[in-house]
Formats: sequence, structure tokens, C-alpha cells
Amino acid sequence: MPSSDTLASEISQAQTEALSAIAGARDAAGLRSVQAELAGKKSALTVLRSQLGKIQDAEERKSAGLAINACAQAIEAAIGERMALLLAGERAQQVASEAMDLSEFVTAKRRGSTHIVTQATQRLEDVFIGLGFQVAEGPEVETDFYNFEALNMPKTHPARSEFDTMFIEPATAEQEPNSVLLRTHTSPVQIRVMQSWDPPIYAVMPGRVFRRDTPDATHMPVFHQIEGIVVDKGITFAHLAGIIEAFTKAFFGNEFTSRLRPSFFPFTEPSAEFDIRRANGAWIELGGCGMMHPNVLRAGGIDPDEYTGFAFGFGIDRMAKERHNVEDIREMYTNDLRFLRQFS
Amino acid sequence: MKILHSWLNEFADFGNDVDGIADRLTELGLAVESVDRVGTPVKGVVTAKVVRLEKHPDAAKVTRVYVDAGDGVERHVWCGATNMKAGDIVPLATLGTNMPDGRVITQRGILGIDSEGMLCSGTEIGLSSDGSGLLILPQGTALGLDVYEALGVESDTVFDLDVTRNRPDCTGYLGVARDLAAGMGKQFVLPKIDQSATGQSLTVPVSIAAPERCSRFTVQVMSGIAITQSPDWIARRLARAGMRSINNVVDVSNLVNLELNQPNHAYDFDSVKDGFIVRLAREGEQFTTLDAVERTLSADDLLICNAQDKPVGIAGIMGGLESEVTDATTSIAVEIAYFEPDAVRATSTRLALRTEASLRFERGVDPYGAEFALARFAELLRITCPNLVVHSGATDARTDALPQKMRTTEVRLNTIKRVLGIDVTAKGLEDLISPIGFTITNSASDGSVVVGIPSWRNDCSSEIDIVEEVARHYGYDNLGKIVPTSPVHGRLSDVQRRRRILREIVVSLGASEAMPNPFLAPGDLAKVGLSEDNALKLANPLVAEESVLRTSLVPGMLKSIAYNQSHRIRDISLFEIGHVYPQGTEVLPDEFESLCIMVAGADASVAMDLWSQVSSSLGVGAQLTQDQPPAGYHATRSAQLKRGKLVLGSVGEIDPTVLANAGIVGRVACLEVNLSVVLSEVPKPQSAQVVSKYPSSDFDLAFVVTNSVSAATMVKALRQAGGNLLIDLALFDVYRGKGVNEDSRSLAYRLRLQAPDRTLTDVEVSDVRAKCISAAEKLGAVLRG
Repeated sequence: MPSSDTLASEISQAQTEALSAIAGARDAAGLRSVQAELAGKKSALTVLRSQLGKIQDAEERKSAGLAINACAQAIEAAIGERMALLLAGERAQQVASEAMDLSEFVTAKRRGSTHIVTQATQRLEDVFIGLGFQVAEGPEVETDFYNFEALNMPKTHPARSEFDTMFIEPATAEQEPNSVLLRTHTSPVQIRVMQSWDPPIYAVMPGRVFRRDTPDATHMPVFHQIEGIVVDKGITFAHLAGIIEAFTKAFFGNEFTSRLRPSFFPFTEPSAEFDIRRANGAWIELGGCGMMHPNVLRAGGIDPDEYTGFAFGFGIDRMAKERHNVEDIREMYTNDLRFLRQFS
Repeated sequence: MKILHSWLNEFADFGNDVDGIADRLTELGLAVESVDRVGTPVKGVVTAKVVRLEKHPDAAKVTRVYVDAGDGVERHVWCGATNMKAGDIVPLATLGTNMPDGRVITQRGILGIDSEGMLCSGTEIGLSSDGSGLLILPQGTALGLDVYEALGVESDTVFDLDVTRNRPDCTGYLGVARDLAAGMGKQFVLPKIDQSATGQSLTVPVSIAAPERCSRFTVQVMSGIAITQSPDWIARRLARAGMRSINNVVDVSNLVNLELNQPNHAYDFDSVKDGFIVRLAREGEQFTTLDAVERTLSADDLLICNAQDKPVGIAGIMGGLESEVTDATTSIAVEIAYFEPDAVRATSTRLALRTEASLRFERGVDPYGAEFALARFAELLRITCPNLVVHSGATDARTDALPQKMRTTEVRLNTIKRVLGIDVTAKGLEDLISPIGFTITNSASDGSVVVGIPSWRNDCSSEIDIVEEVARHYGYDNLGKIVPTSPVHGRLSDVQRRRRILREIVVSLGASEAMPNPFLAPGDLAKVGLSEDNALKLANPLVAEESVLRTSLVPGMLKSIAYNQSHRIRDISLFEIGHVYPQGTEVLPDEFESLCIMVAGADASVAMDLWSQVSSSLGVGAQLTQDQPPAGYHATRSAQLKRGKLVLGSVGEIDPTVLANAGIVGRVACLEVNLSVVLSEVPKPQSAQVVSKYPSSDFDLAFVVTNSVSAATMVKALRQAGGNLLIDLALFDVYRGKGVNEDSRSLAYRLRLQAPDRTLTDVEVSDVRAKCISAAEKLGAVLRG
């Protein structure tokens, strides 16, 4: 039976030894084994606690118990503190040892790119969508009717010869020569839209067109246009000028302005060329437009005495070419990835 | 059309503000493409007399010229020309002169001897097109004068107009000046004419055998002519309009054509005095035109012949050599006719012969301009031929096809309002268009008027043509700008929206968009295993290598791949979204939009991965059919994408033979999808499924499976066995090689089980696992340890 004095000194000694073991732990794993040892059956404190029952005196037993608990708490607190310190040190060491050069990465997959003509087309579409237009499309191989006849260019019309049309060889002996062709402009879609939609019509029609032109720095036999029409009651020339102006500002910037000047197209009358310029800059010719010719409205199944309309159109390739300072338009069609990837 | 400012000013007082005139012309629709000053004196170039010439022993090619510029000082000038002699008067560019070509005249000479200026050729100072030697000025020219002043050359401005097809009146001064005078509010004055018919009556009979093609033919005989040079001012006028001075008669003919827009022809009278026959050519008939080219005619071409039926000209295009005016000519027969425009154009196109005459006739000249033009011809010819005799008895043959002098059309004032947005009264209309020759009659109470159309405006026939004239003379800028408020909801259609999504997906998968030529060479389709039978051919291709329209995007894409490979570009991955045009049963082909993605150096599994990404992003599915490999694809590494009988596309690798033919190294993975089908199939929105709150259990299963059992069959069997609890199944490893039979491969799957309403027990998990294993074993698969 130990004396209370002896017990107190044994508790104190156990605490001192435990604290020193804790302080001696070099890392979290070491501390965890110290912790397990201190909580184990053979630990000094467990042994002391098991001897408590042997103390006869209730008071003494109680105070010895309190002393053991206090010792246990002190050990636990020391472990907690030491553990936090060791873990922090270990994480710091981990972070320090894991230094990485972020510029040293391998690209798993390179993103591709859309063609600059596609990009220009989409930007144009978006501007017109904002102005309340829908987007319409049509076939690239067309009939003489849609490409010429319905656009106020009957068979002998002199303007036809200006289009440098590429014709399709007749598939059968019955088929009339030159009756099927590659569309020379997006205007056939005007007729198709009027035939299938009811007014009010606000539509733009981007697409691929074909002319029998030898390729050079500014011309390709295959190129792209966008065309727009508005057909409704009460549409006048002033609305045409208004849309051209609104488009000019939306697409090129607020500092640009537009003008219309008289010109000639078989499918519009009055017809105009439209030019744009930056304040005080030179006028740049952009495209053609005009009030839809009554014969064109009629070909689209629309009564020109009830409705009026206007149409406008221009090339897309040039927009892409000038935006990206491409010197030779043929470069846009080599499909060279070194060219294409510049514009992702 | 080149218009000289000085000549234009003879029709009205347009003033000297050339920029203002140019702007006004453009605003009227006569677009001014350029404004050029001509005849601007070169300051510092003066007249000087050659005093003496000297050679230098060390400079064989040049001469030392001593000149006197009127100040009595002898100047030394080095000169490379040889056509001068002592006493000649030549242009001297004095020191410091800025030459038109940008040079500045300095003292720098050769052999250490200075040159005090430079002697000039006509070209160097813009006075002539002769650059072969020095310009030698007339004897007696005062010395020390500005050369331009000494020669009386006035400066001028040339407006180059782009005259559109709807302005047949503006290929001559008359029409341009009439329009501009109206546009500027100036008094328009017609040129002076000589209407004196002084001589005895001389009539040349005319017989028109093609009355539809030639509806008017006038002939005026003039005599008392001496063929000579035109005065300088006429020669200069022609030169500045881009024409060469020939002799007084030919020059007057050209002046009348330019000025009054009336092509005309002056024949040597003797060669045509018995009469003219206007008839269609015989098929294959030969005729030598003025330019000494023998031309073969067709039965649609119109000829002007003499009374002996010998052709003297192709109507409206060009005369012949033999009936031309010669130096011996003293009498001429001047012809002015009206030919049907479309036919002139057809002949001109057929013969590839465009002339000053044809360009006017094919647009339509004024059929009633002949009398005035003949009188103007006489007036101008009298300048060089004071003894000119204009004979009475001129012929004026007309046929029923001659257009009316003044055609009319009804115009509703309300149409002007509806189209232009402006209120115009009958009086207002008259004020706008009568100055350009239109008349207003029969103003009706319903707001319509009858408008008379002048004979020089054959482009005008209907109401809308008059509306355009109103707009031009009211001013496009004055019609206002109003942005219409669209009542339509501006947006992309579903197809267009899905196409944009698709493009984004494909780009994110690493492909760049190409735009190959849609024209192929004959044989290109065969090279990729496709038939050319259903391909459209161009009737008039630019080159034979671009004469077939594609029925597939594959040939163009392979060319692009080969191009990039040949330029040593790595990681080649391209796509195209474009139309293909296979012939169907209708007039127009079965044109449709297609997607093609190609990745060089990649195998079929890459193509399958592309398809799985594309199909899931578009929400469209298809069955994979490997038993009928698509044409041009690797027979054992490709599949058709089908839905029932409908083929949606192809996936896999390109056939090695096709690749070899295209010059491509390595494999090429390819995906083709018919977008006309899949973009228009908008999937229903996906309904949300509740995410289970209960834990899931994972396990892996690896099987050795013989090659004859497809991975898709395995997946199907495992899914079936796994039932509802199997929420995820992924193939994560394929292994062929050591430890696995040659005819088999190991397929490793990761499975995840989860119930929506409870935590799965170990028993449930091992039950599903056993079912999956047994399903796989039924396919002959062996579970790997």
C-alpha cells in the first residue's frame, strides 16, 4: 500500500516522463505511438489508476483520483499541442518539397478553330438577329428560275452575262442546257423565303456563292455573301437607309456612318450602292441594296400593291479578309493549319 | 466613260468646282471612279533653243548640248537623245524642276561636268505619248516661255464615270450634261449644229431586209471634203477621252459619238453610192473588219452591205476595210442607224468584239437622235472643211419596229409615297423629272398621272422606273433614315443553333475548320472509292481539274490532310461543314449538308470517340453497323451509322489504299455525319432523375473475351445482368498481349451499383456481381483472376 506522498510523487514522475516522451516524439507517427503507449495497460498512469482501489481512505482516494485525472488531462493537452505542431511542420515540409513549375505542362488536347469566314458570318448573323432578323438558307445548286428569272432577269436580260455563271451539265437529254446552275448570289433565297414565309419578313441569308472568276488576290470562284430582305406594309426607302445605318454602327462601330447612292440592279428599284466611312474618312464601297422590284415581289407570291420591301447584300469573305489583314484571299482557302490555327 | 470638264461645261455653266461636280455626279448615280487633272503645266520647264552640239570622247552615248533659254546665257546640258540639231526649239527642265515622275532636276552630270538642267521628251512632261526623243517645238516659238503656255495647252479635269446599265443615255456628254444640269439647277444648252442642206439632192437608197433588227437607217451625203489632220484641240480632246486622232472625218465621227451618244459611220461615198442593203449574214459568211481581222459570221448577225450585196460593216459593231474613208476621199455618206440592242450584244459577245459603237447600241441609243447628230457632224466637219456641202435628199428608212418617239406609263403618286416615303404632287413630279426630258400629262383625280418617257431612256418603261428617277433627283440623302422596328423575333432556327453548338463541340475536340474546294477533278471520287455516276458535272468549268461537284466531303478533306502533312504540320485534325450535291431524281440534286472530321495519325477508336461526343452533344443516336463497311473506309475498321435503313453517317478509318493514293502517311480517323438529318432532329428535353442519397458500391471485372464477341455485345450483356442497380458501366482497359490468347483480348470494366431508396447489402452487391460474371461467361468470356 503506497503512501499518499509516494503516490503523489509517482503521479508527478509519470507526468514528467510522459511529457518528456511527448516532447521527444519527432513526427506525428512517433507521437501517435507515444500516445498509444501512454494509454496502454502498461503505462505508468494506468498502473497507478489500477492501484486507486487499494487506497482505504475515501478522501485520499478521491484526491489521488483527481491528481491522476489532472495528470491525464495534462498529457492529453500536451499531445494535442505537440500533434498540431508536428502536423503543421510536416505539411509545411510537404508543400516545400512539392514545388512545381506551372509553365511545365503538357497539353492533352489542343482546341481547334472555326474558319474566319464562319466567324464573320456568325458575327453578321448576330448583328442582324439583334435588329430583329431571322436567318434563312437555301440550296447552292439552283434553277435558272430562282437565280435569274424570279429576280427580274428574264432569259435575254443583259445583266445575266455579268454574273459569270457556272452551269451544270444537263443530267438528261430532256433537260434544257443551262437550266441548272451554281447560284451566283444568295438572292434566290429571297424568293424561296417569300414563297414559304408570310409577311412581315425580316430575314438575312448568308451562304456560299459561285462565279466563273479566275482566282486572284481579291477574288475566288467560290465565296460567300449575306443578303437581307424586309417585306411588310409601309416599308419605304427611308427604312432601307435606316437598317443600313443601324447595321453599319452595330457591326463596324458607332464612329461609322453610311450613305446610299444610286446604282443599278435588276432585282431592286430604286437601287443603291451603300458606302461606309469613319467620320472624315474616305467612303468605302460595301454592297448593293434597293427597294425590291415589284416583279421580284410578285415572283415571291407577294402583292406589290399591298406590300413593299427592300433588299441588301454584300460579300462576307472581304469582311474576314480585312478584319484579319489577310493579304491574299486565296490564303483563306489553302486549309493550311498554320493559317487556320491563328484564329481560334 | 471619261468625261472632260471643259467639254462638259459647253452644255451648261457647271463652274470650276470639280470636286462639287464629282459629288453631284455620284449622287445622281453616275459614280465618279476617279478625278484626274490633265495638262497641268510642269513648273520650270521652258522653251529653249539648241545653240550647238558637242561630243565628249569618254561618253559615247550622250551628247553635250548648249541651249539658250531666251536670257542670252548659254547653258550646258547632258542629253541622251539624238533627234535634235542646232536651231531646234526644245523643252528645258531648269534646275530645281519637280518632274511628274517624281525626279528633281539637279546639277549632277557625268565625268565631273555639271548639267544645268534636262531636255525633255513629250512623255516626260505629259504632252505627248512619244517618248522616243526630245519634243521638238515649232520653229518661231518664243524662248523662255512655259512650254504648256507656248503650245496653248490648257489644263483640264477628266471624270471617269461608272455608267450603269440602266443609263443608256449617259455613254455620251449629252445625257450626262442633261442629268447634271437638272441635278445642279443649271440651264442646259444643246451644242451648235449646221442644218444647211446646200448641195444638190443626193440620195442613197436603203433596203432593210431585217426590219426587226434595224428599224431606222439614215444616210446623209456630204461633199467638198479634204482629208486632213484635225486641229490640236480636237486631237487633244480625243486623246484625253482615250482615243487616237486619225483624220478630220474619222475624228468628227468619234466626237459626235462621244458627245451625242450616236454611233455613226462615214463611208467613202463612191463605195456605197448605189445604196445600202441591211440583211442577216449567211451562216459562215466571212467579213474582214476595220481592224484587219477576218471574222466568220452566223445567221443571227446583221450586216450592212452595199448595193452589190457586198458587206461594208457588221451592224452596230464595226465597219469594213474597203469602204473606209481614204486620203483621196472628197465625198462621204454618213450613216446613223438604230439596231435592236439584244441582237447587237449577242453578236458582239459571239465575236468577242466590243467597240465604242457596240457598247452604245447594246444598251440602246436614242432612235430619234439621228437628225441632230448628222447636223452636228456637219458643223464639226466644217471646221476643217470650209467648202463642205451638205446634200439634200438624205435617206431616212424606218420600219414598224422603230420604238415610239415618246412611250408613256401611268404613275400613281401614292406609289411614290409607298416606296420612297415622300409626298409628291403632280407639279412636284413635273419639277423633278421634266428637266431630264420626261413629260407629265393627264393628271387624274385619283392621284395618277401619265408620264411620257423620252426616246433616249429605253431603260424606263414602268411606274417603278419613274419612281427611281424621282428618287435620284429628289436625292437619296433627302429621303431620310428610319430604323424599322421589327415585329419579328430575331433568332437562329433550331437547326442553325444546333449547327453552332456542333461547331463548338468539334472545335473543342481539337479540329480546325477547313473550307476545301467543292469542285473536284474527274477521278477524284473514284480515288476514294465513290462512284462518279451521281456527281454533277460543270458545263463550263474554269479548269478541267475543277469540273465535278463533290458528292462527299472526303476527297477535299483528304487533300487538305495531305497538304498539311507535306508541310510537316503535326497533330492534323480538320473538319468541314458543307454541302454535297449528289444527283437525285429531281431537277435539283439531293443536296445536303454534311460534317466530316478527320484526324491524321489516329485510329478508328478516335473516330468512335468523336462520334460519341458529337452524338451525345446533339442528343442523336445511331446503330453501329460494321458488316457493311462504308465505301472508301478501312474494311475492318469502320462502321455505318444507321437508323433502320437510313444511313446517318460513317465512322472509322480511311482505307489504306485510299490513303496511299492521296499520298497520306499513317492512319486517318474519319467521321462523317449527314447534318440535314441530325441537326433537324431536336431531342425532347431530358427529364431530371433524382440523385440517390444512398452510398454506392464499385467493383471491377476483367474478362478475356474472344475477338469475335464485340465490346458492344459485352456491354449489352453486363447492363442486362446488372439491372436497375447498375448505374454506371465503363470500359477502362483493353489489353492484348502476353497472358492473353492471340484471338482474344482482355476487357476491363468498372461497375457502380446504387439503389435509389436504400443502402445495398453485401449480399445484394455480390449477387449482381455473380449475375454479371455469369452473363459474360455465357458469351464465352473468362473472368480474369
